[in-house]
Amino acid sequence: MKTLAFSTKGLTKVYGEGRSAVHALRGVELDIPQGEIVVLLGPSGSGKSTLLNIIGGLDRATAGDAFFQDQNLSEMTDKQLTLYRRNYVGFVFQFYNLMPSLTARENVELVTEIARDPMDPDEALAMVGLSERVDHFPAQLSGGEQQRVAIARAVAKNPTVLFCDEPTGALDSTTGRAVLNVLKDVNEKLGATVLIVTHAASQAAMADRVIHFADGAIREVVVNETKLTPEEIDW
Amino acid sequence: MSPLDHKLLRDLWRMKGQAFAIGMVIAVGVGMLVMMTGLVTSLKETRAAYYERYRLADVFAPVTRAPDRMAGRLAAIEGVSAVEPRVVGAALIDLIDTDLPVQAQAVSLPDFHSPRLNDVFLTDGRMIDSSHTDEILLLQSFANVHGLRPGDHIQATMNGARRSFRIVGLAQSPEFLYTTAPGELIPDDARFGVIWMSRSALAAAYDMQGAFNEALLSLSHGASEAAVLDAVDRLLGSYGGTGAYPLKDQMSNLFVSQEIGELETSSKVVPPIFLAVAAFLLYIVINRMVQSEREEIGLMKAFGYTNIEVVAHYFKLVMAIAIGGALAGCLMGIASGRALIQVYVAYFKFPFLVFDLDPASFVIGVSVSILSASVGGLLVLRRVFGLTPASAMRAPAPADYSRTGTIGHALNRFLDQTSRMVLRRITRQPARMAGAVIGIACGMALSVSIITIYAGFDRIIDLTFNVMDRSDVTVSFTHAASDTTIFELRRMQGVTLVEPVRYVPVVLRHGLISRRSVITGLSPDARLVRALDADLAKIPLQNGGIVLASALADILHIRPGDMMTVEVREGRQPALQIPVTAVAESLLGSPAYMDLNALNRVLREPNRVSGAYLTIDKARASKIYTALQDMPTVAGVSLKSDAEIAFKVLLDTGAGAIRYVMGAIAFIITFGIVYNAARIAYAERSRDLASLRVIGFTKGEAAFVLLGELAIVTLIALPLGALMGYYLSFGIAAGFSSEIYQIPVVFDSASYGFAAIVVIGAAVVSGWLVKRDIDRTELVSALKTRE
Repeated sequence: MKTLAFSTKGLTKVYGEGRSAVHALRGVELDIPQGEIVVLLGPSGSGKSTLLNIIGGLDRATAGDAFFQDQNLSEMTDKQLTLYRRNYVGFVFQFYNLMPSLTARENVELVTEIARDPMDPDEALAMVGLSERVDHFPAQLSGGEQQRVAIARAVAKNPTVLFCDEPTGALDSTTGRAVLNVLKDVNEKLGATVLIVTHAASQAAMADRVIHFADGAIREVVVNETKLTPEEIDW
Repeated sequence: MSPLDHKLLRDLWRMKGQAFAIGMVIAVGVGMLVMMTGLVTSLKETRAAYYERYRLADVFAPVTRAPDRMAGRLAAIEGVSAVEPRVVGAALIDLIDTDLPVQAQAVSLPDFHSPRLNDVFLTDGRMIDSSHTDEILLLQSFANVHGLRPGDHIQATMNGARRSFRIVGLAQSPEFLYTTAPGELIPDDARFGVIWMSRSALAAAYDMQGAFNEALLSLSHGASEAAVLDAVDRLLGSYGGTGAYPLKDQMSNLFVSQEIGELETSSKVVPPIFLAVAAFLLYIVINRMVQSEREEIGLMKAFGYTNIEVVAHYFKLVMAIAIGGALAGCLMGIASGRALIQVYVAYFKFPFLVFDLDPASFVIGVSVSILSASVGGLLVLRRVFGLTPASAMRAPAPADYSRTGTIGHALNRFLDQTSRMVLRRITRQPARMAGAVIGIACGMALSVSIITIYAGFDRIIDLTFNVMDRSDVTVSFTHAASDTTIFELRRMQGVTLVEPVRYVPVVLRHGLISRRSVITGLSPDARLVRALDADLAKIPLQNGGIVLASALADILHIRPGDMMTVEVREGRQPALQIPVTAVAESLLGSPAYMDLNALNRVLREPNRVSGAYLTIDKARASKIYTALQDMPTVAGVSLKSDAEIAFKVLLDTGAGAIRYVMGAIAFIITFGIVYNAARIAYAERSRDLASLRVIGFTKGEAAFVLLGELAIVTLIALPLGALMGYYLSFGIAAGFSSEIYQIPVVFDSASYGFAAIVVIGAAVVSGWLVKRDIDRTELVSALKTRE
């Protein structure tokens, strides 16, 4: 039995109150083993991003518990959540969220400066194939390159888990595949658990485990015995 | 209602906090304009109505003794509509609550009817009955200070005879709104009284039966004042007329006019400065606000709205805030004006109020707001229109830092990433930063100039009472006495220094400009009261020349070396040609100095003095006062400490008091500027800050990026604002200065330090408010908002 990266018990998230209340998560029970690539699939509003935000330490559940290893994220203070994000978690977003005033290397250094056991920023950028463009500012990079900087920034701290919310949402197929390859490398080389939220069903083919979401609940968990490489995926 | 108008209302509601902050800044600027102009207009109207209702004379003609029939001759002068002859005389009132006798003026009222001119307003008790010669009316403000009421008795010395009088009523008069003891500059209700009594009783006291020693005249509409003055002087010359003078030179009116004039000048100088700063801020904030609507503008254009329609929509939004703020400002101005004018009505002792507003101030206030908001909105809209709908809707490309990213390479080794972000943002967008710096510098400038003015008011008191006048006591004589009186004073025990002075009432004339004034004759080796230049060095009184206070020299348009005509208004009344030898610094009053001996020589009255400055041993003060009281030549004794208190009261309750209101407004605007700068910076960076938090930065570390920027902008703004404030304070000082006192611009490091603390304090509070918002930000929603 693999060690668990995450497990949730009756995880519930409600936005708003009374008649206007929206149930984003309805008592989710989930175990995610360490070191897997997990894809969360589902239509918009099904709750997959909400789950990612809660176990990523960006948001709090209304009820239920979410455990990272043995620690209950629901019981952490703001400060503890900040340290959790700082020390264990890497994020990649659809809109990259780079600092426009810092170069590619400096954006990565932003993280390595505060992380416990970071890798060399140049090494992180080499992993995403951007060794040649480390001194460029975000404005001088294409969308795919910006996303790779974001990934380099996320992996440079040697994260235990990597959260990716629609990482290829704003990219074309070639660039998208390159980004997915980087995520696969991170998973294999660093042993990080990678959680990818997407509504592109084809990307599920590269995952160890696929979790289908609908209406704030898990509809189905599929363990993928035959993983494909990003190049083999239908885009 | 169209969907766009619904959107407008919802947008306004959504941004209500920011809209309120912007509206307040403009409201304060407009409010100040409306308040000040309303105050001045109302005071002028009230004064005019008061003068008219109580028939204040247009011309005052003092004379030694003229027979009653001359009143008819005066009435026959062309342009004169009414004449009131009366008797006036100097008196000393003994009061239980003071060591010193108090100087007073006794004024007659007709025995059987109310006066044709200079009527009195009875505030308490009843009018006098001329069949009882001991009945008097007392000036209400004087009576109040000393706790005197109708039914009380007072002792007064008139023409050498001491008598007891019964107060039957208290009265006010437009003629005596301000009362100043002879030889003094600062009005003081406590130290000069006015007694009204029946003409027959007062004539008996001053041997004026069948005669008068002052004629009051009113002019018919369109009459030539100068011609009437000439005619009066010709008629009364042979009876000892000392020169008729118009209302504008009358002591009380002069003072009231100057106080209102000072308010008027500050109302013209100061509100425009405040309004300009508010307008500039409005421009900046509106500019930023429209910029943040970029995505919605793209959307509206994508739907097929024309540029004009989009402009109209945002124009409505901007106007709603600007006009809303301006209207709120008008209401605030009216409300604060109404509150403040009550203070001034009491201060000027007007018995009633004519509240009047200046419609022009509304128009100006609202127009300036609309204009600056429109310019701010339109400039940025034009830039947004250059974009296609698609690019406007797309998340904007990351701002390009590549051009300036290399600037700090040398520094990079020393800086961590967050410091680099601060530094690069400041160097990357110099125009935007300049806007923020100038905005905060304006706040600093307002604070500096207002606080400097406070220092100027302190300085004027310090200079006047510690440097320019170093005496303890001023003694004035009943008439120009022989200088043997000075030796008498010197022999008094406890008197340490005595310096003679001679006051001569004159009319100074240069070209077509003339001014009633008093020449102060000082001994050339004087140490207590001296003419000082701008560096506070003593100006030697050169034989035969005159030294004018700078304010007086400005009024007369005269410079050292010019000849001036001096028409003496006492004794032989010669007209003299005297050269101006120097201009003296004077912060209080507008004196004209001459060498005492030279003055006596040109008057052909050698060895005459009309008073003396004394320094005394304080321990013996009481005995000295008693001795002075027993000297028959002494008309009045005034203490410098009393004068200093009276002056402080004047500065703190009169036109000068408005500086405290301005200080409060300056603080509100300063805070508004700094707070808005912090808010705008936060709005522009909220996504970056959220990203930093997401990747594991603590709240404090993330806030550093924003607060560091605010700190640097504030620090750059401080010296710039100090410099701007230095120049601004000249304008504001001029606004506060009048002929009565001139506010100096003091470079006082403490004022600048205090202003800096105010600005830094505003920055700290703003930073704290914004930091609170950073801490509360929901990371998820912040990440979803696009820039």
